[in-house]
Amino acid sequence: MRSSVVIFPGSNCDKDIAVALEKFNFKNLMVWHNETTLPKSDLVVLPGGFSYGDYLRTGCIAAKSNIINGVIEFAKKGGLVLGICNGFQILIETGLLPGVLIRNKNLNFLCKNVYLKITNNKNNFLSKFNKEIIKLHIAHNEGNYYVDERNLKTLEDDNLIAFKYCDKKGNIAEENNPNGSIKNIAGIFNKKQNILGMMPHPERMIDKYLSGEDGKLFFNNIFSKHA
Amino acid sequence: MKLSVIVTLKKEVLDPQGKVIQQTIGNMGIKNVSNIRQGKYFELEINEKNYEMAKSKAEDICKRLLANLVIEDFKIINN
Repeated sequence: MRSSVVIFPGSNCDKDIAVALEKFNFKNLMVWHNETTLPKSDLVVLPGGFSYGDYLRTGCIAAKSNIINGVIEFAKKGGLVLGICNGFQILIETGLLPGVLIRNKNLNFLCKNVYLKITNNKNNFLSKFNKEIIKLHIAHNEGNYYVDERNLKTLEDDNLIAFKYCDKKGNIAEENNPNGSIKNIAGIFNKKQNILGMMPHPERMIDKYLSGEDGKLFFNNIFSKHA
Repeated sequence: MKLSVIVTLKKEVLDPQGKVIQQTIGNMGIKNVSNIRQGKYFELEINEKNYEMAKSKAEDICKRLLANLVIEDFKIINN
């Protein structure tokens, strides 16, 4: 499988995700934001970081960069696109995913491990997951997901919510919501479920000696086609 | 009384965010746009009946909190 990781000025998880993808047998290429065409890929990743120093709004300037038209085209053809953290913010600013990520409710930068409940595994990202509750790391200032009622209804009715913040046992409640996200949402899909935006960082959980291995499950399962 | 405050960088201070926004507008194919400066906008509800009193309170807040007078100017607007 071939993957491309787009680097923007201010991306800082690009290397981490590249290491993770290569560890799980992706042939990965790094793509500079100023390029106009994407290399042939099966998966495109927009990494975490602080593209353009979060100027104006998080992800907003990156969403207008040269490479983005290629990413949008790739996504519209059904290619798999994954946005992690700042990548999620960029996907939202491009309009590929609905809603907005605003400042964390408690105004703190959050940097910690959280539990997530997988709420939809009928897609090409999460179909072979044999776990319902996983532990991943978050590190963000603007991860408070908000969406208007109409779009929230679509997300719920069409089962487009990928992950929700929960506790160890999978209870989804306000006290397990680190950033104030509506309905504890941590990650969502587009309608066709070929685009996944998520605040947690699976690339930081790929080694049992360093952190944990729930991210390994994630990378091992991308492309385990949903029947 | 409701007042608005706009805080902007002084003309001579470099505004990197404004510059990047300007570049992006150019990249989006929109021409003839220049000198973009980014600022901050505040709304204040001040419990004073007299505009002058409210304005002087707002001025005090601007000088001591909302603006850094070394690099920023502020403007108070009566809505």
